[in-house]
Amino acid sequence: MLKISHISKTFNKGTINEKQALRDLNLHLEPGDFVTVIGGNGAGKSTMLNAVAGVWPVDEGSILLDGQDITALPEHKRAGLIGRVFQDPMMGTAPNMQLEENLALALRRGDRRGLRWGVTNAEREEYREKLKTLGLGLEDRMTAKVGLLSGGQRQALTLLMASLKKPKLLLLDEHTAALDPATAAKVLELSDSIIQENSLTAMMITHNMKDAIRHGNRIIMMNEGHIILDIRGEEKQRLTKQELMEKFAEISGTQIESDQVLLTR
Amino acid sequence: MSIVAYFASLSILKLIKNMPGGVAQGLIWGLMALGVYITFRLLDVADLTVDGSFTTGGAVTVMLILAGCPAWLALLVAVIAGVLAGLCTGLLHTKLGIPVILAGILTQFSLYSVNLHIMGMAANKAVSVDKFSLILSSRNIPASILTGALIAAVLVAVFYWYFGTEQGSALRATGSNSAMSSALGINVGSMKVLGLAISNGIVALSGGLMSQYQGFADINMGRGAIVIGLAAVIIGEVLGRALLGKHLNFCGTLSFTVIGGVLYYLVVVTVLWLKLNSNDLKLFTAVIVALFLAVPYLREQSKSSFSRLKKKGAAPHA
Repeated sequence: MLKISHISKTFNKGTINEKQALRDLNLHLEPGDFVTVIGGNGAGKSTMLNAVAGVWPVDEGSILLDGQDITALPEHKRAGLIGRVFQDPMMGTAPNMQLEENLALALRRGDRRGLRWGVTNAEREEYREKLKTLGLGLEDRMTAKVGLLSGGQRQALTLLMASLKKPKLLLLDEHTAALDPATAAKVLELSDSIIQENSLTAMMITHNMKDAIRHGNRIIMMNEGHIILDIRGEEKQRLTKQELMEKFAEISGTQIESDQVLLTR
Repeated sequence: MSIVAYFASLSILKLIKNMPGGVAQGLIWGLMALGVYITFRLLDVADLTVDGSFTTGGAVTVMLILAGCPAWLALLVAVIAGVLAGLCTGLLHTKLGIPVILAGILTQFSLYSVNLHIMGMAANKAVSVDKFSLILSSRNIPASILTGALIAAVLVAVFYWYFGTEQGSALRATGSNSAMSSALGINVGSMKVLGLAISNGIVALSGGLMSQYQGFADINMGRGAIVIGLAAVIIGEVLGRALLGKHLNFCGTLSFTVIGGVLYYLVVVTVLWLKLNSNDLKLFTAVIVALFLAVPYLREQSKSSFSRLKKKGAAPHA
C-alpha cells in the first residue's frame, strides 16, 4: 500500500542549524496495516509522516502510495489519498466555519471544487448519522461554529473528517497528546474503531508505550532518522513494555535510563 | 466666532438636505467594503491594493465613457482591470513570497503610475452627465440611491451564493485554517489569489460607480479607501451584532457591511455640516477605525488583565 524507499531530508542545509531529520528511510506497509510509531524526541517520527503527507519535498528517495508515485506531488494534490489528524486539536478544523461545513470540506478532500453547493441536504443526513456514532451530541450542533467546541470534540471531529472520504492511508500524528487522559482514551478507541470499520491502512505516532503496544498490528521504533525496530503479527501481540525498552537499548546502544524519560509518560 | 454664533450658523435643514447625497455615496463605499470584506474577514489578510484599484476602476470607467463606450461596458472593463490588480498582488504574494501587506503596497504604489497612464497623464478627468449616459450621477440623487441599492442587493445575493458553493467554501476555509485546507486538498495559494482578484474587481466596480456619481475620476480618489472599507466592515459588524445578535447570518453580515458604508458616510456628512475642517476628515476616520478595532480587545482586557489584578491590590487568596 505504502512504499517508502530510501528517503532523506535535511533541514536548514548549510547553516549552523543543519539537521538531518531522515536518513535513508525505508518502510513498506501492507494494505490494512495499522502501524504504531515510537521513538524519542527528534527521532524523525513526525518528519516521516510529513514527508508522506507532502508538507515539503524530500531530498532523496521515492514514496509510492497504492502503486502511484507521489514523491513529486505537492501536499494538496496528494491529499485525496491521505487522511490526517494532527497533534494540535486546533489544526484539523476550520474554527470560523460550521460543523457541517467542515465535514463537507472533508468529504470533498482531493476533489475538484466547483460551483455546486458546498453542503447538500443528502449529506447532512449522512453527517448526522456519523456524528451520532461519536456519542458527543454533536449531531444536534451541526450549524454551530467549530471554534466553540472543546479540544477533544474537535479532535474527534477531525478523526471523522479524515475518514469521511475513505483514504488510502490515515496518518495520526500524536493526535491524543494534547488531550486529557480520559478524552485521549476515548479518541484512541474511536481511532481503533474507525480504522477497523473502514479497514484502513494507518500510521499512528505516540509517546505512550502502552498505547503503542496495545493498538495496531505492527510497531516500528525510530531513532536518528531511520527505523531501528519493526515488529509485527504475533510477536507484536506478545510484546511487553520491558522488552521494548530492552530492545531499544540493545539496538541504539544508548543508556536506557535516559531514554526511559523520553519514551514513557 | 462665539459659540452661540457658531450654533446659530448651523442649519438642521441643510443637514437634512445633504443626507440623501451622503446615502448615495455611502452605498458606493459600501460596495467597496464588500470587496474589502472578502480579504479582511474571509481570507484574513489586509489587502492594501484597494487604494490603487479603486482609482483604477474610476479611471478606466471615465476614459472608456469619454471614448464613447456605454457605461455598463466601461464598468465591466473596470472590474476586469481591478481583477488584474488583485491578481498582481496575489501572485507577488504566493509566487514570489512577498508578505501580503507589502505585496499590496507595491501594487498600489505602481498603480499610481498606471492610473496616470490610463487617464492620459492627467490627474483629473471629467465626465459630464449632460453629454454621456451614466448609470448614476449626483445630479439625480434619488435614482442614484436606487441604483446603488439595487447593485448592492445583487452583489449580496451573488456573494451569498458563491461563498456557499464548494469553491467559495474552500476560499473561506483557506482564511480560517490554511494548514487544514492544504491537508484537505485545497490549493491555498490559488485560493488567496482568487480572493484578492475578486475583491479588487469589486473595489474597481465601486470606483467606477463613484467616478460617474461625482462626474470625474481623480488620481487621488482612492487614497484611504482601505481605511474607509475597514470602517464600513467594522461599523457594520458592530451594528449587526447589536441588532441581531446570534441571528446574524452571512447574508445579514454582508448587508450590514453595506449599511456600515452608508453610516460611515452619513457621519462624514455630519462632520462637514459641523463645519469641521474637511482636511481633518482622514484623521477623524482613522481615530474611528482604531476605536472600533480596539473595542473587542479592550472589552476582553477589562474582563481579565494584569492591570486589573494590580488595581484590586492582590489576588484573592494571597
